[in-house]
Amino acid sequence: MIETCGLTKRYGHLTAVDDVALSVPDGSRFGLLGPNGSGKTTLIRMLLGLVFATSGEITLLGRPVPRRLREVLPDVGALVEGPAAYGHLSGRANLRLLDAAGRSSRATRRRRVDEALDRVGLGGIDHRPVRAYSLGMRQRLGLAAALLRAPRLLVLDEPTNGLDPQGIHEIRELLREVNAAGTTLLVSSHLLAEVEQLCTWVGIMDHGRLVRQDELATLRALTGRVVLRTPDADRVVALLDGRVEHRAGDRLAVRHADAAALNAHLVGEGLRVTELAPERRTLEQVVLAATGAGADHIATESQ
Amino acid sequence: MILVELEKLARRPRTWVSVGLLCLLPAAVAVLLATTRVGTAAGEGPAFLSAVLANGSLFPAAALAIVLPLFLPVAVAVVGGDSVAGEASVGMLRYLVARPVGRTRLLVAKLVALTAFVVAAVVAVVVSGYLVGVLLLPTGPGGDVVTSVSGPALSGGQVALRICAATGYIALSMLGVGTIALFLSTVTDSALGATLGAIAALVASQLFVALDAASAIRPYLPTRYWLAWIDFFREPILWRDIERGLGIQAVYVAVFLGLAWANFATKDVTT
Repeated sequence: MIETCGLTKRYGHLTAVDDVALSVPDGSRFGLLGPNGSGKTTLIRMLLGLVFATSGEITLLGRPVPRRLREVLPDVGALVEGPAAYGHLSGRANLRLLDAAGRSSRATRRRRVDEALDRVGLGGIDHRPVRAYSLGMRQRLGLAAALLRAPRLLVLDEPTNGLDPQGIHEIRELLREVNAAGTTLLVSSHLLAEVEQLCTWVGIMDHGRLVRQDELATLRALTGRVVLRTPDADRVVALLDGRVEHRAGDRLAVRHADAAALNAHLVGEGLRVTELAPERRTLEQVVLAATGAGADHIATESQ
Repeated sequence: MILVELEKLARRPRTWVSVGLLCLLPAAVAVLLATTRVGTAAGEGPAFLSAVLANGSLFPAAALAIVLPLFLPVAVAVVGGDSVAGEASVGMLRYLVARPVGRTRLLVAKLVALTAFVVAAVVAVVVSGYLVGVLLLPTGPGGDVVTSVSGPALSGGQVALRICAATGYIALSMLGVGTIALFLSTVTDSALGATLGAIAALVASQLFVALDAASAIRPYLPTRYWLAWIDFFREPILWRDIERGLGIQAVYVAVFLGLAWANFATKDVTT
């Protein structure tokens, strides 16, 4: 769906995006993670033809970009760096204008605008100007604009920004639904939990470079430990002698490759187990291991 | 896209307010003239103000003379300066370009909308000027006959024709201002900056026009032939300055449009 090769963008001496080889598989939900200023937005802007790359190549939906942007972009919906709208017009009027700007059929415009508003939960919106919208409503309107033409690829920068927990859940469900219908998602976020819950693939950016890119399941590999909770903690420690690597109250981390076998062993010894699961690396651990401090963190220079 | 731009222009309250104010100012002058009957001395103040006391049907020309030096160019510079930078500052530019609206197409649509605004503003001033002139001021002893700037009388039909010609001439002059603002609008992300830049260019041009030491560059300044439209009201019409003015404005429009395109087509949209 998206392939980039050696993609680089320099602003003077600053290298915003550095030799990025991004690969977003068809039909995936790809999460682009990274601290602020790591180049996520510049990368997205290059994909959409807003910013021109200093060097490198981009292929979007099988076509070279920016050369054939005009053929590609009608199949791409985007929400970049927050929603935007004309404040003095209503949400519906905004969508109609945006839709009309992109050579789309006039006959089905009203229906498409209504559908898009419906999908993001703004179906019953009145005629008040966007100026009077709350942050969450604007965000929903921005999503509606991205969904207007049933895109094959949806590029979303911080899609749940400004939404309350219910709204976040609702939008996540909507994005899953859109994805299930065949649309590939590229979501950038610095919210780990967000990406962890939504995405199937993860790319991690740091200082302009794409430092990791893999399936979420692979990134969150097993650590080879089993975490369990038991009211008989002392006896478990005694039984497993030496294999318990960490203990916090009734919670134990045990070096063991097979959780099921361990469970059977404990129960066989008459020990009670409340919880037991193989330990996985958290996305946070993966990201922290892959990245340094964010670009907005400026340390004092040592004397 | 052109229709979209026209609709955006028409749905902006600012458009109507600025056109309304442009019409209001000459109307206020007409009211004052009609109540006091005090004209300006010949050669002072805006052109035609003394003539309209004798014949109100010439008031459209006086109205143009009133708004031309400052108010009309400011209104045009505001719309022109807002065209691209305004989209950038509300964040819509990225969504338009990614829609996709071709950058050239966007610029052309902006130019068409700007032209529509210029023509509408000038025509509104002329029409409202005619209405208030005929309603408030005397229509002259000789019926429709108006004395031209250089002496011989003009018939009502001739006056109407010449006002139309002057309207067209001024519209082109204003389009020159508009394209300067449009170019600056592609350079900066601040609509205000682009507008003020265009106005600054005009003020500088006016300064050089008045400066004798600048006589070598004077014929090439954008405002040099702005007042040439008055020559339409001479008998016979003095074509020399009008032709030069049209030529200069056409060159300004072409050059700044070219610059705007060259700049915008390869620009990174980072807002």
